[in-house]
Amino acid sequence: MANKDCIIEVKGLHTRFGAHVVHENINLCVHHGEVLVLVGSSGSGKTVLLRQMLGLETPARGTVQIFGQPIYNSDRNKMQSMRNRCGVLFQKGALFSALSVYDNIALPMRELHALDEDMIYNLVMLKLKMVEIEEQHASKMPSELSGGMIKRIALARAMALNPELLFLDEPTAGLDPELIDGFVKLILTLRTELALTIVMATHDLDTLVALSDRVVVLADQRIVALDNLCNVIGNRHPFIINFFGGDRGKRALTGIGNNF
Amino acid sequence: MPGNQSSNSPMQIRQAASENGAPRLVLSGKCTLGALKQQMQSLSAELVTFATNPNLHWDLTGIEQLDDAGALLLWQAWGARRPRNLELRPEQERLFNRLGNIPATPEPVPRNLLDPVRALGKTAFLVWEHLTGIIMLTGQLFLDVKYLASHPARIPWREISATLFRTGAQALGVTALVGFLIGIVLSYLSSRQLQVYGADIFIINILGVSIIRELGPMLAAILVAGRSGSSMTAQLGVMRVTEELDALAVMGIPHSMRLVLPKVIGLGIAMPLIVLWTSAIALLGGMVVAEIQLGLSYQYFFNRLSDAVPIANLWLGLGKGVVSGMAIALITCHFGLRIKSNTESLGEGTTNAVVTAITAVIIIDAIFAIIFSNVGL
Repeated sequence: MANKDCIIEVKGLHTRFGAHVVHENINLCVHHGEVLVLVGSSGSGKTVLLRQMLGLETPARGTVQIFGQPIYNSDRNKMQSMRNRCGVLFQKGALFSALSVYDNIALPMRELHALDEDMIYNLVMLKLKMVEIEEQHASKMPSELSGGMIKRIALARAMALNPELLFLDEPTAGLDPELIDGFVKLILTLRTELALTIVMATHDLDTLVALSDRVVVLADQRIVALDNLCNVIGNRHPFIINFFGGDRGKRALTGIGNNF
Repeated sequence: MPGNQSSNSPMQIRQAASENGAPRLVLSGKCTLGALKQQMQSLSAELVTFATNPNLHWDLTGIEQLDDAGALLLWQAWGARRPRNLELRPEQERLFNRLGNIPATPEPVPRNLLDPVRALGKTAFLVWEHLTGIIMLTGQLFLDVKYLASHPARIPWREISATLFRTGAQALGVTALVGFLIGIVLSYLSSRQLQVYGADIFIINILGVSIIRELGPMLAAILVAGRSGSSMTAQLGVMRVTEELDALAVMGIPHSMRLVLPKVIGLGIAMPLIVLWTSAIALLGGMVVAEIQLGLSYQYFFNRLSDAVPIANLWLGLGKGVVSGMAIALITCHFGLRIKSNTESLGEGTTNAVVTAITAVIIIDAIFAIIFSNVGL
């Protein structure tokens, strides 16, 4: 982690839905090469913040910059190259239902207009192997797949262009524990092999403990804690006590007990 | 960011001689998809020419970053095997190990000469499937009506009234506009012809019979099939995609009774009313032109209408409205329930539903014309 520059910089961000205030003056800097985990109770605006970082929603006030550029840029080429450097795994996978598994993963590669079909075939097969999907599933349609497979294939699609920045929205929600372990392992290997920066919203404590470099806690419309896991647990904010202090939290945290 | 400039430099190829004099190729820089992009093709060609020399010593240790696309580029240049002399870092070693067992590109399936025949057969079966499907749905609706007759408290009044409002009241604007314009066009063209023969007075017969018996019901049916039919199919289709249909089924609420029946009954009631409305507005358009072109007063036109057009024509038009309205609802709901949970099926299903509904409406019209050929003329 030589480069400590901000990959994503959120400045003075306010979000409002009608009269309902979701975020108030959020400032955040995502460092190069780290895994940043967003936690917060449901309705605290984790997904909204993630969507604002992706430029899918516009904040009421404040700016978001990715790779040092504002996310709203009139230059098409710049926008496109920025998009190609980001991969997104949506909560429900968001696979294109009209395309097969193979075409779903091949789509971003074809859109690049720089690779021939032979290369794309080999790359798709590599991605499928990376997420441990057998090749006979490549010709299936998304409606024929189980929830766990959809998640893994969506991750393969998010990784299709080997992005530097990966957004994961509830990556382990709806997966069984065994698959979660596999998923966590997969993310860890990807991190070591590629210089990957990950921003993740999750509820799952096991995933958080296993992957996070830093944790952002959203509560009361603002960031109440932004630090590594050990220091965040030390915070006495009621939400943090509740979130990490329950039985579930104690079980998940036994693994890092030595650090206290 | 100035820090990113240097680290984003794409792969460089440098030839050098090693200590023992063997040719040596040193690769450096970033060998990733993001860094190479458009240079992929040219770089591939360059690497292939280097790979023809089997004694070349490949040194990859200087590569800053290597991803699977970059590794694949080299791998393809080498002809899917490692060169004899290769220097790798351990993490690159892992990457190339994974490349070793990619399944080969599948052979394209040869075209079968029987494919057109098979496609024809499939279409025939599909038509049969739709036919039996619609008949089964109709039968189910009869059973539902029988059940509701003995359980009147369960009649879905709210859904029926919602259908009436959406397919009836909200369709008044568009049907009026189209009806009025068609009335004007028809009256204008006919009056020009009639003037030639001095048979001005027959404009009332022509407009009356053609609009009340034929054009009003047809216009209304085609507009409603496009407007309300597509929305019915799309609504049921989206309910399938979002699993709402399944949610209803596990609550023990039958689709046919709660979703299909209210639409069929609602449109069966709304359609004759729209027919009446469209015919009236079209006649109004015709009357306006008759007054301007032929000088027939509104009063006269109105008084002559009841003599020129036997009342049976009106009942026939309304009857067509009831039948075609129910048919439109039935057909579009049948297609809506068949939609599978993907976006393509939704679009295809809606198109098919509207096309089939309009065709059915015209077929119904033809059947009416044959059966009642000596009524009201």
